[in-house]
Amino acid sequence: MRKAFAQAMVEAASDPEIFFFTVDVGFMALEEVRDAFGDRFVNAGVAEQNLIGVSAGMAREGYKVFSYSIAPFLYARPFEQIRNDVCFSGLPVCLVGNGGGYAYGHMGPTHHALEDCAAMSSLGIRVLVPAFDEDLRELVKDISGPTYLRLGYDARPSGMAVPRYAPWRKVMDGKNGVLVALGPLAGVALAAFADCEFDKRPSVWSVCELGEGVVPDELWSAVSGSDFHVIEEHVAAGGLGMQLAHSLMKKGVHPARFHHRYALGYPSGTYGSQEFHRKQCGLDRDSLRGLFF
Amino acid sequence: MHMSANAGHVGGNLSCFDALMVLFHCFLDPEDRFVLSKGHSAGALYVTLWSLGMLSDDDLDTFCKDDSRLPGHPSGSGVPRLMFPTGSLGHGPSLAAGLALAAKKQRTGRKVFCLCSDGEWQEGSCWEALIFAVHHRLDNLTILIDQNKLQGFGTTSEVVSCGDLRTRLSGFGANVISCDGHDVVAIAEALQAESTAPKIILLNTVKGLGTLYEDKMESHYLPLTQENFEFTMAMIERNRPQ
Repeated sequence: MRKAFAQAMVEAASDPEIFFFTVDVGFMALEEVRDAFGDRFVNAGVAEQNLIGVSAGMAREGYKVFSYSIAPFLYARPFEQIRNDVCFSGLPVCLVGNGGGYAYGHMGPTHHALEDCAAMSSLGIRVLVPAFDEDLRELVKDISGPTYLRLGYDARPSGMAVPRYAPWRKVMDGKNGVLVALGPLAGVALAAFADCEFDKRPSVWSVCELGEGVVPDELWSAVSGSDFHVIEEHVAAGGLGMQLAHSLMKKGVHPARFHHRYALGYPSGTYGSQEFHRKQCGLDRDSLRGLFF
Repeated sequence: MHMSANAGHVGGNLSCFDALMVLFHCFLDPEDRFVLSKGHSAGALYVTLWSLGMLSDDDLDTFCKDDSRLPGHPSGSGVPRLMFPTGSLGHGPSLAAGLALAAKKQRTGRKVFCLCSDGEWQEGSCWEALIFAVHHRLDNLTILIDQNKLQGFGTTSEVVSCGDLRTRLSGFGANVISCDGHDVVAIAEALQAESTAPKIILLNTVKGLGTLYEDKMESHYLPLTQENFEFTMAMIERNRPQ
């Protein structure tokens, strides 16, 4: 997805009002972005607090600013700068966090981003979690305020086509309940259920933006009286599942069963690939199949 | 204003007030930018803006009261010339560096000024910003440091000393000028000095100048007592130019 993001940024570079910052991250990924942006691409060095302050200053003068780093370095370390400098003034700064969830796998827990969506949502930031590579082109076009863009890996089966980008979209029909997946886990769900019988598999929804305002009415009618599954590579607190549970209660919608799978941290005390951690959390292909078969 | 609101931070407001008045009355062009990094000196800034007709008596009467645009630390909106909410220390230099970089990229002649406290330079983010500003040759950026040598719970040298701040700042590549922060001519000369690098003006100041708790720790947090208020007002009257 990082390459797709870079390509989308190259296409966006013709807008002279866009500025791109990195904090010395992006080797073998952002070179084309650097070349396309010229002097509007700045490597701000290993200094995340300064990155956010400078980005806010630039945005205050009319630029749209993309600020890029490894996800946890971007949302956790300079949290106060994000809150005070960007959010209080509603500035058009897009924080681009590479490696959402366990995507940095073997690099270890310091590089994992498991609570980012909750942290950013709590500040009122628009949280975007693209599911598929082609989503990036749509998402980078539409930055008008504080935004967090969480990048991961497109996990759908090779060559599988998906509907055009929407914050919420049904990517697979089924009759055995509803499964809602945050970001790239939609691709894992597609891989899990693509060869299953229509009557036995759930309908699968891809969610790429948090917030109640973007949930389509069709979802509420689909889950009423049905089994409702929510999966996310994010801790339970403040994530998609909790947000949806809150919405269900407010709306008085009653699924037959609400089932939530989420990032459990490091239950075994050991570390490994993204696939390893997903398996430990029941978020891998086989575990998802096990929910239904 | 502080007396009416029973507000603290009197000391740090009085130590930077002369510099703010010189800057705003003599140097700051309408298109220039200012960042109050030491947000706890919002009162001094509000009064400076009032002296320029940008705030009214009625505005000042709301300082630190309910339904006010003038909280104890600036909100960043609703007040002329305020661009950011500040109050947590160490944010201003990066914000100012971003404004200065934008001015360069937009090829404007805008200048950017940022007022910090001296204790604030215990924040690592200030040094991150300085490294960035020097690297990008932001000669349109001037950082003023109100060096009153007292912070929240001790002197700056006792708490966590930055040693000789001038040497350290110079070592990072800034053009550092020291002056008496209560001598308006010296402040003006420092602001006027040409620089090819980011400029830092170290203002040697006295915290709580003219009050009963002048140069004392109490001036950081404690509001004025009636006795202190009357003493301070009498001092101002005595020093008023005839």
